[in-house]
Amino acid sequence: MQSESQSGSSVRRLLRSALDAMLIPFLAILTAVVVGGIIIAVVRGNPILAYYGLISGSFGSAKALSETAVWATPYIFGGLAVALAFKGGLFNIGAEGQLAIGATTSALIGYALPQWLGTDLPLIIHLPLAVIVGMAAGALWASVAGFLKAYTGGHEVINTIMMNYIALNTISFLLNGPMKDRNPNNVIARTPLIAESARIPAIFDGLRVHWGFVFALLVAFLIWWLLNKTTVGFEIRTVGANPDAAKYAGINVKRIIILTMALSGMLAGLAGTIEVTGLNYRHELGFSIGYGFDAIAIALLGKSHPLGVVLAAILFAAMRNGATRMQFLTQMPIDLISMLQALILLFVAADAIVRYIYRIRVESERVVLTRGWGG
Amino acid sequence: MDWKRFGFIFLIIVLLFGVVVVIGGAQNSPVIIITSMLATTIAVATPLTLGALSGTFCERSGVVNIGIEGMMLSAAFFGWLGAIYMYHIFHFGVGFSIFMGAAFAVLTGMLMGLLLAVLSITFKVDQIIGGTVINILAVGLTGFLNRQLFFGKGSVFGGNIPNSPGVLPTIHIPIEEIFIPLCKTDSCIQIVDSINKVFDQKPIAISAILLVFISHYVLFNTRWGLRTRAVGEHPKAADTVGINVIRMRYANVMIGGMLAGLAGAYFTIESVPSFEPLLTNGRGFISLAAMIFGNWTPIGAWTAALVFGASQALNIKLQLFRDLIPPQWAFLQQSYVVGLVPYILTMIILTGIIGRTTPPAADGQPYEK
Repeated sequence: MQSESQSGSSVRRLLRSALDAMLIPFLAILTAVVVGGIIIAVVRGNPILAYYGLISGSFGSAKALSETAVWATPYIFGGLAVALAFKGGLFNIGAEGQLAIGATTSALIGYALPQWLGTDLPLIIHLPLAVIVGMAAGALWASVAGFLKAYTGGHEVINTIMMNYIALNTISFLLNGPMKDRNPNNVIARTPLIAESARIPAIFDGLRVHWGFVFALLVAFLIWWLLNKTTVGFEIRTVGANPDAAKYAGINVKRIIILTMALSGMLAGLAGTIEVTGLNYRHELGFSIGYGFDAIAIALLGKSHPLGVVLAAILFAAMRNGATRMQFLTQMPIDLISMLQALILLFVAADAIVRYIYRIRVESERVVLTRGWGG
Repeated sequence: MDWKRFGFIFLIIVLLFGVVVVIGGAQNSPVIIITSMLATTIAVATPLTLGALSGTFCERSGVVNIGIEGMMLSAAFFGWLGAIYMYHIFHFGVGFSIFMGAAFAVLTGMLMGLLLAVLSITFKVDQIIGGTVINILAVGLTGFLNRQLFFGKGSVFGGNIPNSPGVLPTIHIPIEEIFIPLCKTDSCIQIVDSINKVFDQKPIAISAILLVFISHYVLFNTRWGLRTRAVGEHPKAADTVGINVIRMRYANVMIGGMLAGLAGAYFTIESVPSFEPLLTNGRGFISLAAMIFGNWTPIGAWTAALVFGASQALNIKLQLFRDLIPPQWAFLQQSYVVGLVPYILTMIILTGIIGRTTPPAADGQPYEK
């Protein structure tokens, strides 16, 4: 009896804390929707019709749901990448570049490996190989910034951004040159299609949603497990909370910083890899633009918690997916979504504003990233 | 700035110029190449210089500003939009419309600075997240309005992007008129002529150079500057002697915003009369690297900005001379490859192997009484 009531109250407490954690993001979304509605009205649109279009376009039918899941897949990986770095006290603005590197390398494995070996490969070997190489490339790319942070103090914010541009330039070079699709009808910078054996199968016939979405949910669970149930996760969180204390406690801070960046880059690389193997079957220049900022917004909205990230990713995916229907109904440009997302981010990041508007006094933990520039 | 860093800057600039002189030497004389390379360097370094000054004012007062990129982008858009509205809707003259465009850009930058100040000083949001919010907001806002105002339902311009009234004209500084009469030899005349060509720049480029020295004077020789630095180094001590920390920070962040706004105006009011989404292309972040390398001083930041300007000028000039590039150096023909130079340079500089720098002691920390 005693233990039963105790477990009952602990469930209630857990629920209570989950609701508390979701309150601020929920109010932030609400505020952004209201402010966004005002902006739509100011530019002579119909806000109610616009929001109706967004919702029906993203959840209104089986096809809409499938497309929302398709959009959500890279968002989950990208959001997890930034969230994991946040947990380790690092700000990875480079998800975009890491994603593009992952996508390019897995596309290379996808189309070129059978040619190099001169034989077709079975799916069970080819697909995992393409995914693993893409992951590893993303991890390697990001760990450069981690290494520079750990050993020279060069700030990861600027270094990851610089590496975005380096990745973009390098990939532009590759996709216009050595890796370009040689099909005579092709004029754009893209790789050839990857082999059938490197493609993730669809879950249902006739819908585009593929097993990559399920994999993303699984990875989200694994990241939660890693952060909360393993020693490495504990070390990452300790370094993130207080690097000096972590050092004092005998944690190898340099190693953890590099590892955190590598894991973060691996997740961002997965976002690109899964897009290539599950959806586009090739890498095309420019498709990654904007993913990095979206990933940051998703991580912040999800409060860096894997479950929060999944929910935030689905919300952002729904907005992107519903935007087409919204545009059809109201002639509002799709870019409206970027602005709505920026507003959501504004109110999530500045939760003090939301608390001020709704008179909420709860003090939540504050993310601290700005610790001087080093250098 | 110590000699090690000046030496590094000098070396890199000589190297970059040397490559262009060697390759272009078959077509033009070295003097002509160096003159035009210098002029291009100063022009393309303009937004970097102003961005670095913006960062210097913010961070000297203790506020990290990684939103410079977003401030530039939104200022570029609203400045351009302002010029178009002035010209096409209110039917002002070309010159006045362009001038007002620049004013709108500076105003936009100031408002973005105000937003950063509200977020980071009043609401004590982590300053890097606050800056990121500004960057994302700028991308969303300019992308949306760019589409909606010109192509949206019932838009004023009904699906056409109207011609912008144009760009700011080049200002001729009368160096030749003053110094050539004093010359006694031909080479002297040639040198004065070259110097004149280098400094025949547009107004924002020239004001950027002036602002470097003005900022230096303000920060290190005035009461305002002393107070700004005090607030950024030790806000508690500054507060104790009666300086209003919050007000100083607000003012400096808004000044920083105005400088970033002027940098934005460079893109759409001075360089080309058009706007495209994401046109700033990372230059706000490179400005920050210039600020760090310049050790948070205006003159240091300017010289660092010139290095980045020179590496951009290298790319421009190499495209011009691409047929003269010898086959064994064919990689220099790839603008993607040469375009990497400023980004790699930034990362090298941040490692601190060319001399470590010290940020203001209270940089990035919100002030709590």
